[in-house]
Amino acid sequence: MNVQPMFDFLSEPERYELAGTIPGPEWNRREFFRIAGAGVIIALLAGEETLAQRPGGQRPGGGGGPQDVGAWIHIGEDSAVTVYTGKVEIGQNIRTSLTQAVADELRAPLATIRMIMADTASVPFDGGTAGSRTTPAMASQLRRAAAAAREALIDLAAEKSKIDRATLLVADGKVTGPQGKPTLTFGELTKGQKLMKVIAAQVPTTPAEKWTVAGTTALKVDGRAFVTGSHPYASDIQRPGMLFAKVLRPPALKAKLVSADTKDAAAKPGAIVVREGDLIGVVAPTSHAADEALGLIKAEWKTTPQVDGKDLYKHLKEKSGKGGGGGGGRGGGGGGNAGSIEAGLKAGDATVKATYTVAYIAHFPLEPRAAVAEWVDGKLTVWTGTQRPFGVRSDIASALGIPAERIRVIVPDMGSGYGGKHTGEAAIEAARMAKVAGKPVKLVWTREEEFTWAYFRPAGVIEVTAAAKKDGTLTAWEFHNYNSGASALGTPYVVANRRTEFHTTDSPLRQGSYRGLASTANTFARESAMDELAAALGHDPLEFRLKNLTAPRLRAVLEAAAKQFGWGKAKPVAGRGFGIAGGTEKGSFVATAAEVAVDPQKRTVRVIRAVTAFECGAVVNPDHLKNQIEGAIMMGLGGALYEQIEFADGKILNPALSDYRVPRFRDAPVFETILLDRKDLPSEGAGETPIIAIAPAIGNAIFQAVGVRPRAMPMAPGGTLAE
Amino acid sequence: MPAVTELHVNGARKPVNADPDRSLLSVLRDDLGLTGAKYGCGEGRCGACTVLVDGRTVRSCITRVGTIEAKTLRTIEGLATAEQLHPVQEAFLEAGALQCGYCTPGMILSAVSLLEGRPDPDRDEIVRSMNGNVCRCGTYTRIIAAIEHAAKAMKGGVK
Repeated sequence: MNVQPMFDFLSEPERYELAGTIPGPEWNRREFFRIAGAGVIIALLAGEETLAQRPGGQRPGGGGGPQDVGAWIHIGEDSAVTVYTGKVEIGQNIRTSLTQAVADELRAPLATIRMIMADTASVPFDGGTAGSRTTPAMASQLRRAAAAAREALIDLAAEKSKIDRATLLVADGKVTGPQGKPTLTFGELTKGQKLMKVIAAQVPTTPAEKWTVAGTTALKVDGRAFVTGSHPYASDIQRPGMLFAKVLRPPALKAKLVSADTKDAAAKPGAIVVREGDLIGVVAPTSHAADEALGLIKAEWKTTPQVDGKDLYKHLKEKSGKGGGGGGGRGGGGGGNAGSIEAGLKAGDATVKATYTVAYIAHFPLEPRAAVAEWVDGKLTVWTGTQRPFGVRSDIASALGIPAERIRVIVPDMGSGYGGKHTGEAAIEAARMAKVAGKPVKLVWTREEEFTWAYFRPAGVIEVTAAAKKDGTLTAWEFHNYNSGASALGTPYVVANRRTEFHTTDSPLRQGSYRGLASTANTFARESAMDELAAALGHDPLEFRLKNLTAPRLRAVLEAAAKQFGWGKAKPVAGRGFGIAGGTEKGSFVATAAEVAVDPQKRTVRVIRAVTAFECGAVVNPDHLKNQIEGAIMMGLGGALYEQIEFADGKILNPALSDYRVPRFRDAPVFETILLDRKDLPSEGAGETPIIAIAPAIGNAIFQAVGVRPRAMPMAPGGTLAE
Repeated sequence: MPAVTELHVNGARKPVNADPDRSLLSVLRDDLGLTGAKYGCGEGRCGACTVLVDGRTVRSCITRVGTIEAKTLRTIEGLATAEQLHPVQEAFLEAGALQCGYCTPGMILSAVSLLEGRPDPDRDEIVRSMNGNVCRCGTYTRIIAAIEHAAKAMKGGVK
């Protein structure tokens, strides 16, 4: 059977993540109760989306057994509610928002609900925490399971008290009859039960207007563990007898090992040299001792000439193939190809032909890749930070040649990822070294390793040719993206003659997912080009956008951001500029208006104010949503202004925080953030899309401030505006 | 140099047996199990490894443990009592001044040190004092708000 890819090949650089096999024990009812204990279990069969993520595309086994479960909920004899999901907490606060969804449907206090996340021994298969899918997919699955659990508890109460179930109400973790009689806690109902229900059908869930817990601000559910430092991240896990590992790295990307002399390292007391295929490393009682021993290895490498960073954009163009993919996008107006570009250009009064570039950037999660691996009786447990616990389990299984059933991957809530931790390098290395050492092994990548041997946000070249009439009507839109990706490739603006293409090419550096994927690059190019057209015509940039925009949700955020900003009400003072930009991705909508100051002598750029309107359907947790929006803008500001990976001849030239500028306290603008809460629309993911509009908003503001049009991200590398 | 045999951490004397050239961070984390201080950049520029030595912030990833032996250390684990969080911890929770939380212990200790030396900092002073700490999730404005709130709480004002 053919693999049914979840994403279009051209629109998703994450495609490599779909490889592998689906392992997993054949779960049965007994297995669920063994994990959770007596009580009531509601298991929800996976939706089509989850099944489609399964390599092979088909349901494993026959008869729709529990291996098809997407999520499950247990209500114990002590009234405790435990939710099992394969999603990963990366800092996007889904542990809280998913708990809110369950509390809402189950009518139970937040504090009684515990989430078990991303432990392959007990949670259902999940394709990975990516693509802003947790809120639209997992939250709605959990709602259905929780609603079914609530109904099952009512059934039990009706049976137990011989009362018409229609007269029973569930509130505050109890089932209550008329005049409060009877009042039964969940625990009283589940006592002695081993009731399991498997739900396949659509279960009616509470509409957003009637939410009581979701839709309101709840504090991070386990926040105390973080402010006291007691939360154990993967890099904090300690095991009895644990040793510390270091891996020998090549001097350049793609370098091949010629020879290695490990005698001196092996002679160091306590050190164990691991040499297995392409992996050479040292395991020792302390990381310091491992480091010292590693330094004693004499290795010879063969390097090959590689592309220089200064030739990057030329290289991407030269190696590109024929384009493809129209990429309309949800909520977009002018996706796909139509009409004639030639005719459109002729019909226009002003034309813009511009090339935009985006650099490779690093995710820089503050917790680098880390893993602790422990073998017991031929079975392996790995604690690691990854957005794909099941994917990494498969990767380990392939790398070590053991069945996935013998591997347990546990992902403690992570020190962030931003799309940068889809892979399991550290997990595989730790597993191999622990096997040789015969002891549990911890491997924490250094920052330099994370900068060099992880993967980057793709660099790209984007060429735009566009035209519009004097009255502001867009007449032509041609858009080519080389390498950075096809997300948000299509324009949401209405234009009769349009052509959009994504061109694959050869990437000199390893690249992969990044928060918002290519939407940041494509939105930067599109919203900058729109600004250039507006300037060429002498139109107000906001008016020009709205004239060519019918998509109501995008219009709404642009109008809301402009209103809050006071767009058109005042002119910026000398040296300052205002810029606005908008876009849509992953089903949600964003517009950001920025005020930027450019120092006339030093050419430094400072974002003074960032006003953002955001709409992602029904809001689940307003304060956490604002936190995500403002955090995404803060991160996007780094890529817009400062961040870029420099490289030459297979070497990363700035693999240290001292050489890679990330946003800091002094870079924080004043945020004004407006949430457009659409309770009539399904909730969409919100961790990624808010990042896409800040870069063009800054670029457009710089243009207004000093008349220079930034066409390259970063716009102010080294802190000063690029010439 | 002889091995470091004892550290004064969070009001207690802790026996250790550590090569003096090792980083304070690794001894705290790997020998004493105090994993609240984090490895972030390895060059003292992100602040995730911050601990207090004689009340002042120190980047433990670039501090040799041999230089610390006679000094008084405070880590995130020593800030709250079983019953009560420190006002800065409380303020971070209330302000939602974290996402992934990996920078949080270093942020909180840096803020505690700031407020102990300067109980009523203005926004610029907070920014200057905290600028060496990186929050990649970008919660800076919330952290500033939390510190302002904690300053009031610590003066016995608004809780």
